[in-house]
Amino acid sequence: MVLTGISCSVFARQPVQVGSKLFTESVILGDIATLLLEAEGFEVEFYDQLGGTQILWNALIEGEIDIYPDYTGTVTQEILGGVEFTTLEALNVLLNEFEVQATRPLGFNNTYALGMNKQIAGELGIEKISDLGRHPDLVFGVSNEFMERNDGWPGLSSAYGLEAMDVTGLDHDLAYRGLEAGNIDVIDIYSTDAEIEYYDLKVLEDDLNFFPTYLAVFLYRLDVDPGVVETITKLEGQISEEEIITMNASVKLNGENDSEVAARFLEAKFGIQAEVTVQNFWSRLWETTLGHLYLVSISLGLAILIAIPLGVLAVKIPAIESPVLGFVGVMQTIPSLALLVFMIPLLGIGSIPAMAALFLYSLLPIVRNTHAGIKNIEPSLMESARALGLPNQVILQKIELPLALPTILAGVKTSAVINIGTATLGALIGAGGYGQPILTGIRLDDTSLILEGAIPAALMALLVQFLFDRIELRISRT
Amino acid sequence: MLDNISLRVKPGKTLALIGPSGCGKSTLLRIVMGLIFPDSGKVQVGETEMSSETKLKLRHNMGYVIQKGGLFPHLTARENCSLAAKYLGWSEPGITARITELAELTKITLSQMDKLPSKLSGGQQQRIGLIRALMLDPEVILLDEPLGSIDPLVRHDLQTDLKRIFDTLKKTVLLVTHDLSEAAYLGDQIALMKDGEIEQLGDIHSFIQEPRSEFVTQFVTAHRSLIGKAGT
Repeated sequence: MVLTGISCSVFARQPVQVGSKLFTESVILGDIATLLLEAEGFEVEFYDQLGGTQILWNALIEGEIDIYPDYTGTVTQEILGGVEFTTLEALNVLLNEFEVQATRPLGFNNTYALGMNKQIAGELGIEKISDLGRHPDLVFGVSNEFMERNDGWPGLSSAYGLEAMDVTGLDHDLAYRGLEAGNIDVIDIYSTDAEIEYYDLKVLEDDLNFFPTYLAVFLYRLDVDPGVVETITKLEGQISEEEIITMNASVKLNGENDSEVAARFLEAKFGIQAEVTVQNFWSRLWETTLGHLYLVSISLGLAILIAIPLGVLAVKIPAIESPVLGFVGVMQTIPSLALLVFMIPLLGIGSIPAMAALFLYSLLPIVRNTHAGIKNIEPSLMESARALGLPNQVILQKIELPLALPTILAGVKTSAVINIGTATLGALIGAGGYGQPILTGIRLDDTSLILEGAIPAALMALLVQFLFDRIELRISRT
Repeated sequence: MLDNISLRVKPGKTLALIGPSGCGKSTLLRIVMGLIFPDSGKVQVGETEMSSETKLKLRHNMGYVIQKGGLFPHLTARENCSLAAKYLGWSEPGITARITELAELTKITLSQMDKLPSKLSGGQQQRIGLIRALMLDPEVILLDEPLGSIDPLVRHDLQTDLKRIFDTLKKTVLLVTHDLSEAAYLGDQIALMKDGEIEQLGDIHSFIQEPRSEFVTQFVTAHRSLIGKAGT
């Protein structure tokens, strides 16, 4: 009896929510925390590749996640808006205002730097960042987040007088390919990136000491289980720069699984046998398919339930006709990526905000087609219906909706196809689905992984289109 | 545009509304049906005056047939005809019996009743439209150019059948047509309309023998073949 009670209370604990940013090192650190917590008996949910700093930080202070890895320089410059880093205690005083705290440094500094092809740098005689000003025709390609950050391009370019340079934002993991291909000349790099050695890059000296120190830490919520904090602080001072570079290289250059790399580290360091279940292709595909179907079916189902009545009302109540059509029209013009991100402050991360965005996105084709389908019914038929002495409700049910059905179905089909494609973006806010392998594939520069998400998504869209075509054929017997 | 029109159709009689296109005859029919309401004046069916409160009830006492039948393309002929009866809560056997009876009267086979309108000829569609209008056994039947798009041979048969049906069922009929011979054949009385007003009201003989205006003479002369018959 007593034993049953104890085991229940253990399992009743909320799972610990771990997050990570989009780049490989962050994912590995998230894996390490996840596996270590699991080894200590915690149930953990790991949202890998959740987004950039702002998304992770907001998710943390909103309680969507409990813990994620970040860097002191990022915290002082980007999150706290440019404070001086003195001591960790001072930093934690500031963080405590957000009910958040940082662990002691994990043991390595991953600072920003600028990198170039060694040969080109040698030819142009570029050694340090201030040398770049003499070569205004160089093309800069920096990671999207770096482009906007206080400690990124805006600050750097004004400190070194590089404002006039030609600069584009792109995904960090793609930047190395661009550099290799010669499309860009200078990129921002993380000093622990394995690619520096692999591509034999010239790291330019930060001669004005613009970049602060970026000591890796875990940020966690103060209300998290004390056992979690105790577990995670075991990692303090345990990951050297060499170790993290090796792990980055294993994942990015050797194509190893990030969880396995993290597990190997934990075993070597702590003698912990972490359980890693690496899914095979089919079980991974099954899981992403279910995830995708979940996003699409609920958002589309809700859209159908709301949009058809909305379309009917737009016909029946002239006063709301243009407001309704205008509203759903505007929804459609919001870029899908932006709409997803707008949902985070309202609904947090995961599948709920993704479904909300997909729902809003699916409204227009259904509302518009319902409206048009009913409005375009031949007036003489409407007159015949009214002349039969049927009340409006019955006319709507028996005459208008059935006559508009083919048009409405065409709208639902359009919505479904758009929805299936757009749902791949859901992975950006932790919603899973076919976007997950695409996102990982982009990060790891792994085309087969990208196709693992892209091909099933396209097939699902085709299948849905085919099914709707069959239904349309069947009801068009008139 | 209608102006100062007063008409009275006696129970069991047929009044044919005739006139050139745009004279307002179809509009008048819509007003009677309560599909549109006039700026002034009133419509009375039996003892009841047409209003937004009474219109549903009055429509159950009026059958309405328009050009090309106005059948709903997604419903079979039978479903078209039973819509209103179902709404009023008729039993299935009651509906079936009524349809069988009316099909026989209008010379429609029961297998045709189970077809979609698109699988039926124009004449058959009009007969189905008539069954639908007669379904609730209304006292009044309104027909808006019911034979307007039917080819002449079929139209002849339909006219014969219409007359027989109206006489059998003793319906009060308001028929809109632009064909004077049809009006003469089916109507007990004819009202000739022009520019929203009634130019002359009477039977076909009065139109030929005592035309009230030059317009009436012209209208009648345009149907030359009738003149000889009028004398006999």
